[in-house]
Amino acid sequence: MSVTEAPTTETELNEDPPPRRSFKEAVRSAEIDTRMVGMLTLLILIWIGFHFMSGGTFLTPRNLWNLSVQFAPVAIMATGMVLIIVSRNIDLSVGSMLGLVGMAMAILQAEILPDLLGFGHPALWIIVLLAGLAMGALVGMFQGFIVAYVGVPSFIVTLGGLLVWRGVAWSLASGRTVAPMDSTFQLLGGGSDGSLGGTGSWIVAALACLSIVALLIYDRRQRRRYGFRLRPLWAVIALGTVGCLAVIGAVWVMNSYYLPENLARQVAEAQGIAWPEGGLRIPLGISYPVLIALGVMLIMGFVATRRRFGRYVYSIGGNPEAAELGGINTRWTIVKTFMVMGILVGVAGAVTIARLNAATSGLGTLAELYVIAAAVIGGTSLAGGLGTIPGAVLGALVMQSLQSGMVLMRVDAPLQDIVVGVVLVAAVAVDVYYRKRAEA
Amino acid sequence: MNDATPLVEMRDMNVSFGGVHAVENVSIDLRPGEILALVGGNGAGKSTLVKTLSGAQRPDSGQIYLEGEPVTIDNPRDAKAYGIETIYQTLALAENIDAPGNMFLGRELTTSLGNLDDSGMEAAARKVMARLNPKFQNFKTPVASLSGGQRQSVAIARAVHFNARILIMDEPTAALGPAETEQVRQLIRQLKQEGIGIILISHDIHDVFDMSDRISVMLQGRLVGTVKRDDVTMDEVLAMIIIGKLPSEVSQSELEDLTN
Repeated sequence: MSVTEAPTTETELNEDPPPRRSFKEAVRSAEIDTRMVGMLTLLILIWIGFHFMSGGTFLTPRNLWNLSVQFAPVAIMATGMVLIIVSRNIDLSVGSMLGLVGMAMAILQAEILPDLLGFGHPALWIIVLLAGLAMGALVGMFQGFIVAYVGVPSFIVTLGGLLVWRGVAWSLASGRTVAPMDSTFQLLGGGSDGSLGGTGSWIVAALACLSIVALLIYDRRQRRRYGFRLRPLWAVIALGTVGCLAVIGAVWVMNSYYLPENLARQVAEAQGIAWPEGGLRIPLGISYPVLIALGVMLIMGFVATRRRFGRYVYSIGGNPEAAELGGINTRWTIVKTFMVMGILVGVAGAVTIARLNAATSGLGTLAELYVIAAAVIGGTSLAGGLGTIPGAVLGALVMQSLQSGMVLMRVDAPLQDIVVGVVLVAAVAVDVYYRKRAEA
Repeated sequence: MNDATPLVEMRDMNVSFGGVHAVENVSIDLRPGEILALVGGNGAGKSTLVKTLSGAQRPDSGQIYLEGEPVTIDNPRDAKAYGIETIYQTLALAENIDAPGNMFLGRELTTSLGNLDDSGMEAAARKVMARLNPKFQNFKTPVASLSGGQRQSVAIARAVHFNARILIMDEPTAALGPAETEQVRQLIRQLKQEGIGIILISHDIHDVFDMSDRISVMLQGRLVGTVKRDDVTMDEVLAMIIIGKLPSEVSQSELEDLTN
């Protein structure tokens, strides 16, 4: 029976024209990441939803500017979490590590270094920052070593770390709040001085647009050189246009947020400008935390896709045995992922204490949840092997938008936690669903 | 050819897992341009033995010689440096990475700045595939989405690309259809012509008789013996595999028992 039926099914399949082929083909030929498009859509929906529910206060330059500054630490750490999760591990300790490294950097600049170098020494901020990064790397390396060489599951190692580092941070300062931070160091946290300003921001926008165009041209040249299939020209032009418009739009929003009047008056006085009739509008532009986060995203994205280390991380996530048989030093690679995570925690910690102008004993509490959620919402699969850096940054933007929107709507803190928890579980559920469908 | 120094000589190899002797005092050798079939039932220790040559398993004792020189192979990198390539039974592919990425896994081509040269790797992959499996076109998709035969092609392409002197093939045709199997056989003959020594692990006794020059039989971790293909019959090899007796030791009635 089955033998006689088989040919009929085949001819039927051949004769049936595949439905809606042109649209799918177009998307495929343009090599557009549909998952990223989906996430962007989700983000825009969240923004519009909050804008209406908060009575029109969400999509304002002021809120978006603040949102961008708050999102930076989570985004910075999420890029590292992607590599950790991709290689089939997890790091639950990032919040406590941020507390420890942040507290250490605060004590160093507020209590130790001023005695040695003198208060307000110009090199103070960089010494503190480098010390913070080194400390993060060391803590990460220690945890990574236990995971890779001793063989304790990362879940347990970093769960222990979550308690240990929080405890160490507390005992460093006996629960005190350490303040204030060095004035140059504070710039890392944004604020009125820690921004590029109007002109600087437009220069960054121009550079970004030029890079987008250059990358698209380079990609096309490479493909032509090796005789690979080219993306259709319309797709290249569309990608370039959309990319540049997004950059220009974002900078325009950042530049539409002005210094508050009292600070603007101070600037006017300092520079000897007469206070004009309509007030002085000094754009803040892109804040340093955002600039740092974008820089981290570019570097980490590059490392993940264009360097051997990144390739090894993904191969370990895809098939640890294959990576080992391919001659990859898988254990050392794992240690390096935790070291990178630690360094990024150092960066995020510096931004956080600079913004708060203080380190508290609760610094970074629950940050691990936001960071893991950002990575997972951004398409990182907990089964390993899948995930992108830009996706995680977008995920961080989604998480921070949720939080910021709830604050605008005056949602109580406990309810905020409930929402974050639910979103995290839902994001993983969606991931599991898609993977099951992909396997079937 | 028989007088030449063996390409590989493995002497008195021992591997045990928690008191179980997976490989016990096994010695085999391989000459240039020779196909040595390694056969035996499940758990006979074939895969474990060749893993000590490909660097995936460290032996407890024993010595490996390459062209007469004693060598130590501690990991897969060492083996590859000596020109030993392996096609594993599991294929050892990272499912989430595309075919060129898998072919060059651990040996990526890089640009002068140390960045991955994806275009260069893809071009090289296309070149090898044109020879192995001209129909293969999925160079951009993760290997998870490839068919069993295509995945096997990727694993074979990886071993072939790097100009191996010694090729270990652990069930290379297990996942293939008849046409693809024939392609792989052609390839094996071609590689043999080029002077590469091949160790072929196979369950298929017909495959073994069709391809090999000599046959080494293992049973329960021990080497039953190594025979020339032309000197034995299939039944005699089956007797070695199942009851562990050499053609000279086995009686006529035992042979008849096996064939019935």
